[in-house]
Amino acid sequence: MLVVILGNIVYVGWGHLSWEFLTQVPRAGMTQGGIYPAIFGTAALVLLMTLAVLPLGVMTAIYLQEYAPQGSRWVPLVRLAVQNLAGVPAIVFGLFGLGFFVSFVGREIDHFLYGGRLVYGQPAILWAALTMALLTLPTVVVTTEEALRAVPQGLREVAYALGATRWQMVHHVVLPQAIGGMLTGGILAVSRGAGEVAPILFTGAAYYLPYLPTHLNDQFMELGYHVYVMTTQSPDVEATKPLLYSTVLVLLLLTFALNFVAVLVRAQFRRRQMR
Amino acid sequence: MTPKPKLEARQLHFFYGTFAALKGINLAVPAGTITAIIGPSGCGKSTLLRVFNRMNEIIPDVHLSGDVLLEGVSIYQDGLASTTLRKRVGMVFQRPNPFPLSIFENVAYGPRIHGLARGDSLRRLVEESLQATHLWDEVKDRLSQSALSLLPEQQQRLCISRLLAVQPEVLLLDEPCSALDPAATQQIEELMRELTARYTLVIVTHNMQQAARVSEFTAYMLLGELAEFGKTAELFTNPRDPRTEEYITGRFG
Repeated sequence: MLVVILGNIVYVGWGHLSWEFLTQVPRAGMTQGGIYPAIFGTAALVLLMTLAVLPLGVMTAIYLQEYAPQGSRWVPLVRLAVQNLAGVPAIVFGLFGLGFFVSFVGREIDHFLYGGRLVYGQPAILWAALTMALLTLPTVVVTTEEALRAVPQGLREVAYALGATRWQMVHHVVLPQAIGGMLTGGILAVSRGAGEVAPILFTGAAYYLPYLPTHLNDQFMELGYHVYVMTTQSPDVEATKPLLYSTVLVLLLLTFALNFVAVLVRAQFRRRQMR
Repeated sequence: MTPKPKLEARQLHFFYGTFAALKGINLAVPAGTITAIIGPSGCGKSTLLRVFNRMNEIIPDVHLSGDVLLEGVSIYQDGLASTTLRKRVGMVFQRPNPFPLSIFENVAYGPRIHGLARGDSLRRLVEESLQATHLWDEVKDRLSQSALSLLPEQQQRLCISRLLAVQPEVLLLDEPCSALDPAATQQIEELMRELTARYTLVIVTHNMQQAARVSEFTAYMLLGELAEFGKTAELFTNPRDPRTEEYITGRFG
């Protein structure tokens, strides 16, 4: 089944894939031109999302695993809450992002900093990235916690026995050991984020923009959303079909490449620990 | 005459949750000697060792009554940082557990976190610490190699070097030879005897021959109590407590 789907996409999509396709803006109602703004928008979105989710997720995991008092009643609750986030449908994150970031946080920023002028109180790449960060947070927290758990207790004890403080122990002993697993989690989160559409639907993705986002409050085009737009919103769906196949191919290649990098990183760090 | 005590436990009770692991221990460890703690599994000997440098505190749900004195000063008083205590009272574990770092970095770790030395003086301190365990000649040409490439016995000596580099006063050794073969055990035992010149050693062992060979004083523990404490020669040849006699003659344990 997978082979049929992938084979079909590669077979049809390959034909239209060209340097021009990757570097030009869509033209003529998306029946010509390329997908450059969507590629750029996806990269920008994922970058912003990573900047938001990695510090938050890693710090949460370090707190839960290394700092939170053992036997505390709150730790399992927080863990449960984080894991439940992973089960929330992506579209719900999108609605939450619209309600919380755009309508609440954004409007309040406009109200206090811009005298009510509409700057941040509208869909924007910043809000889309933050919404996506919430969606990928469980991935980062869970993989980081696993990486921290894998560090042998004996090494923690040695550091303590030499008179290390808790932070020195975490910083010098635990984190260097866990960094590979943490990076893997980060990359998996990124590749998940790159493939999701629903969270950015209301929070910042644009139907068609002839320019690239340059500010945090700009809207942007995104590959997954572009696929959706071409399939359902285009004036001439038949004419966009070749481009559609190629766009899907690019999206797939991007997420596969990220997953592949995650596997390589993990293998690399595992080898280093063996030595 | 007994030398003055370096470490002293007074009416020490220790609990894991509601389980009493130590019941009213009174024990004075003489300075500059090797004191062995022996006893059957689960008698509390490792617990006692961990109470001496507050390593028990990293486990949740434990509590303690009574006191432990280091040179007459309570180590459980409020205000004494556990990091300061552990710098003075260091520990070597059952299994060799070097950091997955180079040989040099392993030994340099303690001095670095305590800010004891840097640059040339750090290199000197690392060399001295490795020489004290006779590891220097074996590793001096490969200090930048991973510590995990060493043999288990070398790793254990590296762990002792790593501890000596923080310039402690007391070394607590928790069955330091149990993961080593007899030849390696002999080397570590010789090393322990040499170290008494500068340090006070407390060793937990389940190996009575080892206790008889290396220690000057022996404490025999049973079910969380200190059954007998005295000079090793006397305790092994002429035990006062019949339970001690049963244990050392191999009737149980």
